[in-house]
Amino acid sequence: MGIHRGHTARPWEWIVEKSIFLISLSAILMVLLIFLFVAKEALPVFFGEINTALIQKPIPPAEMEKHSPVELQSYLELTPAQFASMSKDTLRSLMEVKVEAQDDIPEDFRKDPDARINTTEWRYLLFAHQWSDYNKPSYIWQPVGQIQKFNIVPLVIGTLKTTIIGLLFAVPLAVGAAIYVSQMARPRVREVVKPTIELLSGIPSVVVGFFALLIMATVLQHIFHYQTRLNAFVAGIALGIAVIPVIFSISEDALTSVPRAYSQAALALGASRWQTAWQIVLPAALPGVFAASVLGFGRAIGETMIVLMVCSGSVVSWSIFDSARSITTTIAAEMAEAVDGGPHYRILFMLGALLFAATFISNMVGEIVIHRFKRKLEGKR
Amino acid sequence: MSPRQSTTATRHFKSEKFDFSSFFFSGLTGLATLLILAILAVILLNIIINGWSGLSWHFVSTIPKKDFFDIHTTGVLPMIVGTSIRVIVMTVFVIPVGVVTAIYLTEYAPNTSLITRTIRAAVNNLAGVPSIVFGLFGVGFFINFIGKNVDRALHNSGPVWGQPALIWASMTLAVMTLPVVIVATEESLKAIPPGLREASLALGATKLETIWRIVLPQALPGILTGGILAVSRAAGEVAPILFTGVAYYTSSLPTKLTDQFMDLGYHIFVLSTQSPNIDQTRPILYATVLVLLMLTFALNIVAIVIRARVRKKMRALG
Repeated sequence: MGIHRGHTARPWEWIVEKSIFLISLSAILMVLLIFLFVAKEALPVFFGEINTALIQKPIPPAEMEKHSPVELQSYLELTPAQFASMSKDTLRSLMEVKVEAQDDIPEDFRKDPDARINTTEWRYLLFAHQWSDYNKPSYIWQPVGQIQKFNIVPLVIGTLKTTIIGLLFAVPLAVGAAIYVSQMARPRVREVVKPTIELLSGIPSVVVGFFALLIMATVLQHIFHYQTRLNAFVAGIALGIAVIPVIFSISEDALTSVPRAYSQAALALGASRWQTAWQIVLPAALPGVFAASVLGFGRAIGETMIVLMVCSGSVVSWSIFDSARSITTTIAAEMAEAVDGGPHYRILFMLGALLFAATFISNMVGEIVIHRFKRKLEGKR
Repeated sequence: MSPRQSTTATRHFKSEKFDFSSFFFSGLTGLATLLILAILAVILLNIIINGWSGLSWHFVSTIPKKDFFDIHTTGVLPMIVGTSIRVIVMTVFVIPVGVVTAIYLTEYAPNTSLITRTIRAAVNNLAGVPSIVFGLFGVGFFINFIGKNVDRALHNSGPVWGQPALIWASMTLAVMTLPVVIVATEESLKAIPPGLREASLALGATKLETIWRIVLPQALPGILTGGILAVSRAAGEVAPILFTGVAYYTSSLPTKLTDQFMDLGYHIFVLSTQSPNIDQTRPILYATVLVLLMLTFALNIVAIVIRARVRKKMRALG
């Protein structure tokens, strides 16, 4: 018997090892699938293939042959699969229904210029528009009613408002605690405090939301005396509580991974503990602390249940004591009532894709910064 | 040097170097730490104190009527069952895939190759995707793509698989918790001393035999920890199951994978936002929150204990 190499020696093991490799690709596959399927449902929005205008120029069924299948499909608001499965007669009767529907539109609507607008065009999604019953151009998210309005500006402002408040609350606390635990505390204190703070991440966000809704909202209103009980401020603080463990444990890791030689050298040269922590260790760990904040931002922007429970009015206002509606909240609250494949459904998926892109970018930035930071500490360039 | 001299020297050293800024800075950062601990304590104590009185055997073992806002007749049995089943079904999918991926990453993967780095980047990204996006993915992929095609293939007249169901909620959660299992398993695989592998290989075992007989049994506690962490993370998540399987109310417990189910976290959301009278609902709400917290914390603590034991053992071995 000679020495066999490669897959001829043990075919069974060769197969198993190859399948291990294939299964390990599933994480990549999942990220791709998430991107693909969320984006797929949103594609018609990006390509402007949806038309929500109430009054459209009807195509008489007799002229069916003159139009291409693609035109007919988007005119009848069908998916390619539905369109392919229908016979010519079904399509013809659908077109008749469509013409009748156009005839049935009440006279009031015919005079309304808004009824002719396709509200899913980008200029209506992003910029203010003077709707006929408003007296100045405004940003409106109002997905129900005859004329659906999908301006995403209120949602983006709501998301940024709650997220920024959350980070302003969480970053100083979490980084301060990380400095204390890694630099100042005695080892015994440290061994207790670190896992306890990390226990905070074990509290489900729906429980944090519940606590904010029932207790924090009332307490904060008593302290700050504002009008609306449930507002962006309460939601932001609750978000902050949810992201504190993330920011804390990553910054703490970064601070502890600064080589002991740095702080020992500083102490030996006569620096005080505070000078060592503030002027030597913290600057060395700054990229890690920054990355922790970026990852916390990604976590906060994607948090759903807290904001959903605490505040969900869609007003455009930068005031932190007004209500706010975030992107995640909107998806969670409205997905159930959106018609499968309809414009509202597609816009919600488009919001999901935006959210995915935002967190994808913030995660990449965080990871790259941490990676560079570790290499720098190891002395590689 | 006489002892007397030495004490004066220390005293002198201390008094001259009393360092106000260090003191102040320690106090400030310590205060931040205390504040975080206080928030945690207030949340937990508030829930335990208010929830304890509402907790009873009747409460956890009753299937409620449709109007579940009444303290005397309500119960959370279907929610406990629903939450448990959805996480158990999830582990069936996530543990094998997660463990195999971790085995590839630690035992086989060339450390610097493009494919390894891509897998790692994908795992990190998956960990950061917002939970609501997983929910959308569940609708777009599992329900509308896989489910509807299964229905078509089986020639079902109405939607059976192509609608929100237990299995789709579990699979969505499995995708979400994949990074948790991978990271925990990888950590436990890395902690196994290379000497064990080398000894096994030197005795003539193949690489696969070494992994199966030597490495995996050693890593078992770590894999268990990963599974428990994934379960405790998934048990509290509501956003991914909102449109993939959870029901506001079902009259019976779920029996099939295609059933919808009630869920503890979602029930908390319903009770706190849709109650007709929040003051009457409050005791039920607190008790439900306490049940959910007990479930997730018990799991977390088990994971922490197993992990601590493994680390101790590894230190003794290494």
